[in-house]
Amino acid sequence: MEKKSKNEKEINRRGFMKTAALGVAGLAAQGCSGNINFDRFFQSHFKQMDKEELLSTLKKLEAEYSATYGRQFVVKATKPMEGTLFGYGLDLSRCIGCRKCVYACVEENNQIRDPQIHWISVMRNKKGDKWIDLENATRYYDPKEVPEDGYFYIPIGCQMCEQSPCTKVCPVQATWKEADGIVVVDYDWCIGCRYCMAACPYGARHFNLAQPQIPKDEINTNTHYLGNRPRPKGVVEKCTFCVQRTREGKYPACAEICPVGARKFGNLLDPDSEIRYLIEHKRVFRLKEDMNTQPKFYYFF
Amino acid sequence: MLGKIRNFFIAMKNIFHGGPLYYGWIGFLLVIMLIGLLAYSFQLKHGFIVTSIRDEVSWGFYIANFTFLVGVAAAAVLLVVPAYIYHFAPVKEIVFLGEIMAITAICMCIMFVTADLGHPERLWHMAPFVGRPNFPSSLLVWDVLVLNGYLFINLTIFLFVLYKIYEGKSYSAIMPLIILSIPWAVSIHTVTAFLYNGLPARPFWNAGILAPRFLASAFCSGPAMMILVFQLVAKFTKINIDVKAIQKVAELIAYTMALNLFLLGCEVFKEFYSNSVHLAPLQYMYFGLHGHNSLAPLMWTALIFNVTALVIFLIPALRNHITLLNIGCFLIIIGVYIEKGFGLVIPGFTPSTLGEIYVYWPTKIELGVTIGIWATGALIYTLLLKFTLPVYTGETHLQAQAKRKEADA
Repeated sequence: MEKKSKNEKEINRRGFMKTAALGVAGLAAQGCSGNINFDRFFQSHFKQMDKEELLSTLKKLEAEYSATYGRQFVVKATKPMEGTLFGYGLDLSRCIGCRKCVYACVEENNQIRDPQIHWISVMRNKKGDKWIDLENATRYYDPKEVPEDGYFYIPIGCQMCEQSPCTKVCPVQATWKEADGIVVVDYDWCIGCRYCMAACPYGARHFNLAQPQIPKDEINTNTHYLGNRPRPKGVVEKCTFCVQRTREGKYPACAEICPVGARKFGNLLDPDSEIRYLIEHKRVFRLKEDMNTQPKFYYFF
Repeated sequence: MLGKIRNFFIAMKNIFHGGPLYYGWIGFLLVIMLIGLLAYSFQLKHGFIVTSIRDEVSWGFYIANFTFLVGVAAAAVLLVVPAYIYHFAPVKEIVFLGEIMAITAICMCIMFVTADLGHPERLWHMAPFVGRPNFPSSLLVWDVLVLNGYLFINLTIFLFVLYKIYEGKSYSAIMPLIILSIPWAVSIHTVTAFLYNGLPARPFWNAGILAPRFLASAFCSGPAMMILVFQLVAKFTKINIDVKAIQKVAELIAYTMALNLFLLGCEVFKEFYSNSVHLAPLQYMYFGLHGHNSLAPLMWTALIFNVTALVIFLIPALRNHITLLNIGCFLIIIGVYIEKGFGLVIPGFTPSTLGEIYVYWPTKIELGVTIGIWATGALIYTLLLKFTLPVYTGETHLQAQAKRKEADA
């Protein structure tokens, strides 16, 4: 009798262990499948794809995004234009800190809405005793009207460094500088270690903390593989000078929306471009010159 | 070869032999590991939103633990390997305990780094040939190389020496590898320091003193941890640990803690005296910045613990008192854990490159994953110990020995 009850206990214990083990395995598997897209697991690095593989990958992505959002997507891989090196100019005397650029960028580039990612941080600086004093500047300002008296504004995004510390540290070459000077990320190659975020002196890199959910009627379906296509969670993203637009001769969304014309964009290699004129005729500076990152983002006033 | 494999399994059986205390301990660790696994799968499912990691502080508790453990791994070997070479008898007996600790610490390092990845399944992107490792440009690739190399070297030495000692044969054939493990141990900690060091964007890390500081603090916490573990092992197993060995290690801690505090002082002087914009992280650590001072109590605790421990270890009468010695070790482990974990990672990010102060504090999920990895480490250490000791003491009869006995008869 006693023996039997012991046996029963044994069986019960085993049953419990089995259930527990299965439960854990199931949970772990669920966790994994939430994170891993097996379809793309073996996808090559962008630069390693030949023409055929690239085309089929773009097709696959278009189908996947179209299915998810119920709208027809275009995923391009437009190459850099020959003889182009993009540069950006920002007129500090004009900027009023309205942040229209911030939200135009979010709409154009399909950033995650919850929690929000902004590729542009507009920093509000106090006029007066110090010049640009980031430690006492803030991007969390909320007045009724801009510009506010006694302040000036400095929008900061990716500075497209010629000597980019972020690409230098990436352990898997998931981020690199393209021939036209744009620093891009292959979202399907990034392992999410965030070393580039530690290396960037401008806070230009952002991490997808959750699975991006973008309202169907707000999603931009005109996308670029290295730019604004929908990202998975757990990867780093950044400003691409609107690669999907600028490689087709358009202005970046931020430059287009700016109501005061503070944002200038052009080809640094073209001596007749507006950006070259500004660099040669205005008082120009770049952020954190002491880092020797050699940004292609010029502030002037 | 077949005999060797069979011997391996004979030795493996030992890990299933144990009393209720042993099984209780294993069960306890398994439960904590289960909690860790659940926390980790939650993080995988929902993303890093369930942690406190944000764009402003993009590394947190995982990387802090990783850095601390690299130090433990390096110190464990650097402390015991000279014993192989110089035949210092009292330390020689505890060589295995150190080797096992190094192996365990490296496994934990690898787990912590993996837990910190947004896409752990893409780790193969770093592998040579199939992936695209950014070598030699990225220090992270260097770190992965030296850490895995270190694991491989120590596992090889450990298994080889154990087997040879048991067979009663000389293990001198592996001497080159043993000698190699010394500079390699220095390298794992130096490369880990360089990983932070090479970023001009983070002035707090971008100081030449960082690598020496890393090594100095590792030589405090590693040995302190070993003194405690040695005593536990001596209590629960048949292994005798020579008091002389413990005293020798304690003496070493006195010097390294003095050096560690000296280097910290150098840093503090440089920043506070020059009073440049780069002072901000140090000010944030010890006094708070713009009213945010949640890190300060931790940092002062670490400093007070380390200074108290220095006093204990510096005076022979105090450090030879076993209770005081243990208190000192405990203070050092906590002190260095704070200094090299939170105290290293968080101020590197605070204030952020755009001057923002984000106050980081790990969430329950991060804590769950962390204790899970620590429990896994404890399990690895226990099992390795259980595997090693009976072979080492000659309690387990392997085939080679049985045959030798037969031949003798």
